[in-house]
Amino acid sequence: MLLASLFTEPVGVAHYVAVGAVLFVCGAVCMATKRNALGVLMGVELVLNGANLNFIAFSQPALYADSAWALGLDGQLASIFVIVLAAAEAAVALAIALNFYNNFTSIDVDHADELKG
Amino acid sequence: MTGTALDYLPVLLGWAVLVPLISFVLVVLFGPRMGRHGRLAGYVATGAIMISAVLAFVSLFIWLAVEGTGAELLQHGTGHDASHAAAAEHGAGEGAGHGQEHADKAEHGQSHGGHKPRVLFGTWYVLSPPGIPEIGISYYIDCLTVVMFAMVTLIATLIHIYSTGYMAEELADEVVDHEAHTADGRHVRRRGRYHRFFQYLSLFCFSMLGLVLSGNVAMTFIFWELVGVCSYFLIGFYIERRSANLAANKAFIVNRVGDFGMIVGLMALWGSLGTFNYGDTLDAQGHVQARGLFSLIRPPEHGHRLHVPDGAVKAAAAEQVAAVVADHLRSEGPTEEALANAKSEVQSRLDPWRRGEPGRGAYWLLVVAGLGIFCGCVGKSAQFPLHVWLPDAMEGPTPVSALVHSATMVAAGVYLVGRFFPAFVPEVLLIVAIIGCITLFMAATIAITAVDIKRVLAYSTVSQLGYMMLALGVGGWLAGLFHLITHAFFKSLLFMCSGSVIHACHTNDMRKMGGLLKKMPYTGYTMLVGCLAIAGAPFFSGFYSKDYIIAQTIQFGLDNPGWNVFYYLATIGASITAFYMFRLWFMTFWGEPRDQHVYEHVHESPPSMWVPLVILSVFAVSVAWSVPGVGLSIESLLEQARPAGTAEGVGVGTLLADLTYRSEHLSHREAIHAQATTVATLAALAGFLLAVVMYAKRWIVAEEVARQFRPLYNFLWHKWWFDELYQAVFVRPVHFVARLVAQFDRTVIDWLIDGSARLVVAVSTWGERVIDRASVDGFFNLLAQWVYDLGLRLRVLQTGRLRQYVVFIVVGTVALFVLVSFWTGSAIGGR
Repeated sequence: MLLASLFTEPVGVAHYVAVGAVLFVCGAVCMATKRNALGVLMGVELVLNGANLNFIAFSQPALYADSAWALGLDGQLASIFVIVLAAAEAAVALAIALNFYNNFTSIDVDHADELKG
Repeated sequence: MTGTALDYLPVLLGWAVLVPLISFVLVVLFGPRMGRHGRLAGYVATGAIMISAVLAFVSLFIWLAVEGTGAELLQHGTGHDASHAAAAEHGAGEGAGHGQEHADKAEHGQSHGGHKPRVLFGTWYVLSPPGIPEIGISYYIDCLTVVMFAMVTLIATLIHIYSTGYMAEELADEVVDHEAHTADGRHVRRRGRYHRFFQYLSLFCFSMLGLVLSGNVAMTFIFWELVGVCSYFLIGFYIERRSANLAANKAFIVNRVGDFGMIVGLMALWGSLGTFNYGDTLDAQGHVQARGLFSLIRPPEHGHRLHVPDGAVKAAAAEQVAAVVADHLRSEGPTEEALANAKSEVQSRLDPWRRGEPGRGAYWLLVVAGLGIFCGCVGKSAQFPLHVWLPDAMEGPTPVSALVHSATMVAAGVYLVGRFFPAFVPEVLLIVAIIGCITLFMAATIAITAVDIKRVLAYSTVSQLGYMMLALGVGGWLAGLFHLITHAFFKSLLFMCSGSVIHACHTNDMRKMGGLLKKMPYTGYTMLVGCLAIAGAPFFSGFYSKDYIIAQTIQFGLDNPGWNVFYYLATIGASITAFYMFRLWFMTFWGEPRDQHVYEHVHESPPSMWVPLVILSVFAVSVAWSVPGVGLSIESLLEQARPAGTAEGVGVGTLLADLTYRSEHLSHREAIHAQATTVATLAALAGFLLAVVMYAKRWIVAEEVARQFRPLYNFLWHKWWFDELYQAVFVRPVHFVARLVAQFDRTVIDWLIDGSARLVVAVSTWGERVIDRASVDGFFNLLAQWVYDLGLRLRVLQTGRLRQYVVFIVVGTVALFVLVSFWTGSAIGGR
């Protein structure tokens, strides 16, 4: 019944959230399964974008426009920050991957277990 | 008192005291940085004392302009011999017949007996709180003060100039002290200390001038100790030499013995008179507000005669006073009125008490006070039996010997006896005379055998100080202080000459000198002048002052039959003085050189050293002359300051009833004066001829004489065995007691302290084992073990696998979400 209503109702918050959840799960699974560091990074991107969709979904004015001054753009702003953050994170992570490759001639994250307890 | 130029004197002389202090502070703070090796420090100190000298001489001229030369006082003294003698005869004969005396004085009109010296007394700063007798920073200026200032600053200036030359070898980064050795036997090498020398000289000048200026006994005592400590510093200037250390300590400790007596004297004065001030405190109108020491002991209403003061009587009659007060309080009750009545009754009974037993006690108080003060003077002026420090004090640099240990500081004792002269009762003066006489004879005999050039002069100084004490003791106030002034000039000259010789020869031993006259003409001839002056050659300064002293001893012998011994010993002393001084001069400057090595290195000293010698020798000749036409002379100046009431003689003894002091002017009679001059000159001539025979012509060989009189020679050579005596009687017992105490310290006290320390160690060892190790350490170790074990278990979670961590995060997040939903009661999607 829950899924059925999604298909019958017009596009609303629930749809956004559903897509976001799918993206998030895809990203998490990607991170958990890929041994290639670049694949893991892609999973991270998916997770972040899933989260972005949630920000945007919940920022529509209908949900909280009880204030005269609210612009209804808070979610969008947050997601732009997340995008910038993701870019920075990607740059740092790629640098780490390059260095890792220099030392181990591979980017298999399973080899990165030097700090295990 | 208003509006004369004399009002400037306290300011001028006050600044003359302070300028050397400023120089001292400057040199202490910046001395090492004053030019290379502190060379400028010498100029700063010299400049300061020059300013003081200028101020002192300005003061002297102001005094002369206002008060005149005082020549008429002297004229009077010699002109009216006969009548005066008669007056004094009356006084001596009748004892308490004051009425007669007053009549005599009225007859004389403006007789010198009625002359009251001009005194400026005042207080700059009161230290004591109101209500108790005043002690403060005060001044007492009479002509004696002004003359002393002029003498001290003049000699000090010359000696400062001389020192810039004499101490020049200290102007170096490294000075080699040939008389001090390190533990491995090499000479001591040290930095030059030029500035330090001048710093002490400045401090000394400040203290000496302060001592002369001070207006109360407390202040005098403080400056007295300050000059003592300066002397200590300067004797120990070559601190690396063991002998210098010992000499400095000896000087200081021996002076402590004298100062202890002085403190007893001060307490007797304070307890009986209740004031320390010399002069009377005046109010704005010039009325006497509070009396000083001298007018308490010699009150004006008793014609400035010795009079046992009320305070002393009350102190001696303490029991009777207490009885009177108790009576009044018992009969009238404890009221203010009763106390006032008691006070007036005590006042009315003072005179009977004064005539009775308490009066005798009060007189004894005065004797104790006088002897106490004199005891301090014995220490400072190196009189028998405390003379032993002065010869050893010659370890200091020679300018110090010239300034501190001959001309000024050691003369401070004589100065103080002169200052306290009106407060000394005849019995005290007799003891002063006896001590002075023993000293002069003993020191003169020791000087005969001494071979260290400075030690000869040191014993000569002791002997001359003995002369001054003798003169004061036999009532010759003028004679003693006159000799103080002349002696200061010729003795500082002699010391500076000897310094010049030592500077050239690098030895003090006269047996290595000889024939130096050709190489050091300035030094040689100026020293000859000094020798002539001290020996009393006619028309040299010493001649005049020694005449006064011998004349006074003759007069004393006439007044007190049986006391001619002073006269005989003083004359013999004069003869010995001439002998040893010319022995010194001939051994140093005459004949063939005894040590060729020393002789070759001898050279005349630099001008900064011989110019002061020439200047001083001019003074040594002429200081006793009077300025023709004006009648100005040292005697006339001193005569102006003669303490009130002593011109007719000090008085008659109470405890020794036949002890009589008559006017000092009696000794200026032609007959006595002629006898003194003849005898003294013949005695000096005899000494001189003997010295010529033994040391210049060598007709009698000195060594032969020494062999002939071996026991006597040994006795003199060992300085009458005084050092050995004191060693055996005082030093050894003190060492013995000190060793006993040290033994006690090491065994008993150390045992106690060590034992308690061991006990503490034992207790803390036990505490450490039981409390610290077992309980505290155990608890914390257990805690740490737990944390460690926990860590080991958690460690396996850190697999290092990135993908596993992601699964943990996801599963953890989902688990959290489910848990939170469960707890809050809302299901997923349950809207």
